[in-house]
Amino acid sequence: MPETPFLQTPSQTVGPFFGFALPYAGGPEVAPPWHPSAIRFHGTVIDGAGVGVPDAFVEIWGADAAGRVIAERGSFARDGHTVTGFGRAAADRDGHYSFTTIKPGPTRADAAPYLLVTVFARGLMHHLFTRAYFGDEPERNAGDRLLGDIDPARRATLIAQADGDASYRFDIRLQGEGETVFLDFDRIDDPDRTDPDRTDSERDG
Amino acid sequence: MRPDPQPELTQRQISDEIATIHDDYRRRADATGRPLPVHPPRDFLPYRSSALRHPTHELVRADPEEIELVSPAFGHTDVAAEESDLTIQHVGEPLGERIVVTGRVLDGEGRPVRNQLVEIWQANASGRYVHKRDQHPAPLDPNFTGVGRLITGDDGSYRLTTIKPGAYPWKNHRNAWRPAHIHFSFFGSAFTQRLVTQMYFPGDPLFALDPISQSIVDPAARARLIATYDHDVSEPEWALGYRWDVVLTGPKSTWMEPEDADHA
Repeated sequence: MPETPFLQTPSQTVGPFFGFALPYAGGPEVAPPWHPSAIRFHGTVIDGAGVGVPDAFVEIWGADAAGRVIAERGSFARDGHTVTGFGRAAADRDGHYSFTTIKPGPTRADAAPYLLVTVFARGLMHHLFTRAYFGDEPERNAGDRLLGDIDPARRATLIAQADGDASYRFDIRLQGEGETVFLDFDRIDDPDRTDPDRTDSERDG
Repeated sequence: MRPDPQPELTQRQISDEIATIHDDYRRRADATGRPLPVHPPRDFLPYRSSALRHPTHELVRADPEEIELVSPAFGHTDVAAEESDLTIQHVGEPLGERIVVTGRVLDGEGRPVRNQLVEIWQANASGRYVHKRDQHPAPLDPNFTGVGRLITGDDGSYRLTTIKPGAYPWKNHRNAWRPAHIHFSFFGSAFTQRLVTQMYFPGDPLFALDPISQSIVDPAARARLIATYDHDVSEPEWALGYRWDVVLTGPKSTWMEPEDADHA
């Protein structure tokens, strides 16, 4: 079969031994702790047996407080001042991760604010995307397009709940009871779930 | 329930499980006329660690918003040029076979993924990671850490100098060995293009036995993780050369940059 030129490269697990390579100093510090709007964004990555996943890491990516995408460099080499919107935090032995960041603003007038959350772990063949909305934004959450599409019984898995002063908790359950809603932004990847009646060009559009 | 550890599972049993899964996917593809999936199924049991770590619900389709259609701006303030050479991070030269790995990072339409971050990590020539939980009784190399980073060029190209990693044993089943591989992490121009994967070497007899590489059920997709030996990349009296091109997700989630069309 002739290969068309630009076929996707498949994913592989991060494996167990990324700890010396991917986490970095300043990774969890998306905003400096002294920032007047700094929040803690934290939670536990939990497996299907209800046990914390120690060999996981989490990336977050979010807009600034006004809902604008941030184009500042320096997510690795933090200058102690600039909020870049991107962070990476390794889970600890209990599977707990924690960031210092700012609460993003909504990127559209009719949307709710959220952080894009990406999970990687040993045993996870392909990373998982989810969104963390904020429990103290009930009106905006009620009008959000994605939240409205989610089975109400599972919607709460996408909501980070305030659990203290300027602190939000977002547990990520990979499997089982209370399994987090994970998102597919690119249905074309997965032919099992593509409507066979649609043409390729429709899928691409 | 956490499954009991099964240390006495043999390679034969694991290979049979893999073959059964591959056959099932092939039959389903033939019956439906749909292509095999590119990415591994997340519930790939021959890789035992996946058992409790895969979601059981179908992923929910979401339209990416603006924030998901861009990536963090990494740049040369974040990554120094010498970080792409893993052989110069210590006082002495690391042991092992020096190699150059180069290629291009493209999107699904063949456009270069330019000025984006690539991270790499790997075991040393003896198959040992600089990681405190790696218990493999092979020597650490004081002159090799096995971590590199770089920013892709305007044409999506990358180039790194390193040491060919060794194979190493792991505890998935009895006498389980990972084929030699280099871990890669990519950012696209859109966050939805994020990819973490592993690059393998041509002709490795362990590749077909490995539940991680074989978790990709499409043989053609699997083959795309194997670098090509390229004598034109090899450098005389210095290093052997490998070429490996990478394609992130398609155009759907990618910024349209019409002026790039010429570069494709």
